[in-house]
Amino acid sequence: MTDATLTRSFTLRRFELWRFPGTRAVAIAALLYLYVPIVALVILSFSAGDSSLARWQGFSVHWYADVLANSDMLRAIRNSLLVASVATTTGTVIATMAALATSGPRFRLQTGFEAMIGLPLIVPDIVAGIATLLFFVMIGVPLGIVSIMLAHTVFAIPFAYLPIRARLQGLDPALAEAAADLYATPWQGFRRIVLPLIWPGIAAGAMLAFISSLGDVVVSYFVSGPGATTLPVYVFSMVRMGVTPAVNAISTLLMLASIALLTVSYLLGRRFQ
Amino acid sequence: MMASLRRSGLLAPSVLTIGALLILPLGLMAYVSTLERGPTGGVIWSQHTTDAYVQFLFERDLTDRLVVNTDYLHIFGRSIVVAAITTAITLIVAFPMALWMAFQPPRRRLLLVFIVTVPFWTNILVRNYAWILLLRNDGVIDWVLGRLGLTGEHINVLYTPLATTIGLTYSFLPYMVLPIYVSLEKLDRRLIEAAFDLGANRWLAFRRVILPLSMPGVVGGAILVFVPGLGAFISPELLGGAKSMMIGSLIQQQFGQSRNWPFGAALSFVLLVLVLLALSAHAARYRREPKP
Repeated sequence: MTDATLTRSFTLRRFELWRFPGTRAVAIAALLYLYVPIVALVILSFSAGDSSLARWQGFSVHWYADVLANSDMLRAIRNSLLVASVATTTGTVIATMAALATSGPRFRLQTGFEAMIGLPLIVPDIVAGIATLLFFVMIGVPLGIVSIMLAHTVFAIPFAYLPIRARLQGLDPALAEAAADLYATPWQGFRRIVLPLIWPGIAAGAMLAFISSLGDVVVSYFVSGPGATTLPVYVFSMVRMGVTPAVNAISTLLMLASIALLTVSYLLGRRFQ
Repeated sequence: MMASLRRSGLLAPSVLTIGALLILPLGLMAYVSTLERGPTGGVIWSQHTTDAYVQFLFERDLTDRLVVNTDYLHIFGRSIVVAAITTAITLIVAFPMALWMAFQPPRRRLLLVFIVTVPFWTNILVRNYAWILLLRNDGVIDWVLGRLGLTGEHINVLYTPLATTIGLTYSFLPYMVLPIYVSLEKLDRRLIEAAFDLGANRWLAFRRVILPLSMPGVVGGAILVFVPGLGAFISPELLGGAKSMMIGSLIQQQFGQSRNWPFGAALSFVLLVLVLLALSAHAARYRREPKP
């Protein structure tokens, strides 16, 4: 036996001991549980008839055609993308600034500050929605696309902050010091040294903020006015009216969008690891 | 001096944004809960009353006397029970799953984490909607069971608390798997090897080494499932029926049909306090324990 196969059989045997009987079965069952509903939804979105498997009448893409011809839905999609872009950009810039501050030497009140950054993730979204609604009504911000953007920016901050902070933590402080020794201004040091190094963290954070803004139903539901709604709020009202295969089609599209964004961020993360 | 000035400049935008658009509104919400309800909805800003909190426990009968009304307590109780059951089920499923994942070869581990994360980032509306398709009569499960001859009648699961629990379990399973996985993955393998070397079998090593060391992940996961489960709105609204209402829908009603803002604000405030209590109990527990 060569050395390599010896090591291999040794590690294999070691892994044998780590195997806990039954855990594999549970894990596979759980993965099925996670994916079966999604797969069923996708299959039913291609149904020619209504969305019942019992009355399957063949394969068709006409529900997708319906969705793409629905001008209300298209407007909602445009609103969603606009809100998510603005909230993500603003939120990510704010989060990057915050992460730069907290990754330096610890300051007084830092624990309190970090708790505050995490607050939007802790407050139940229905409570955040109600509170923001009351606030906007009181100070006279009209409910519409701007109010949704403002509300989304708040929870974009923690989503973007966490990966950026993690990335900054792994950064060698000597690099920024070296830049300063070479007469870089703090801004030049940031632009030329720190920013390129933390870029993957910023991209990952922005991606998460974008997905969570695109996916938000509850907060948007409360702070959107009669004029402008986002796609999830629109779909939510459709679902409450009844089940139609058009909802399956739009849901499938929404899901594809999240999966695509997530895959990009996963690949980015792996490339830079 | 320069440095601290620069730091303040970096901190200011997040403090201002979260302060003005979340903390201030939460304060306002608490304030609104103490106001008199307006005659056609809204509130009367100048008149204070404890009506909203009284209404939570009492109602006025025909002779205008206060009598105890447990309807709202029931809704809170149901929300707590549903959230607790959801936490228990996700824990039972997630622990073995995380244990299996943690002992896979490193490359496959990364992929598995990704696979578990995808549903977690998929739109919550889509995830719950998919369960309508599965659970309704004539839906996928009904049809499959009927085909197999297991059920004569329809399954009648949609619009029951069971459907809500299924939806919540589904929505929050990744919240439980990931923290447990993280605590198991970074667990020092030498400790388990040492247990084996000292003659422990798998079960003993599990009970005496792995389980105690994974407790932070278990508690973290439980918090991550219980807290949003308590305030859940989408799953109960889409999958639970009118008879299985939870706090979220009750709050929403006060701003919709009932037009009772102070009561809605009071309910939200009570929910927020419950959530903060659960979190601070968790934080206190970990502060007391010595750091390893």
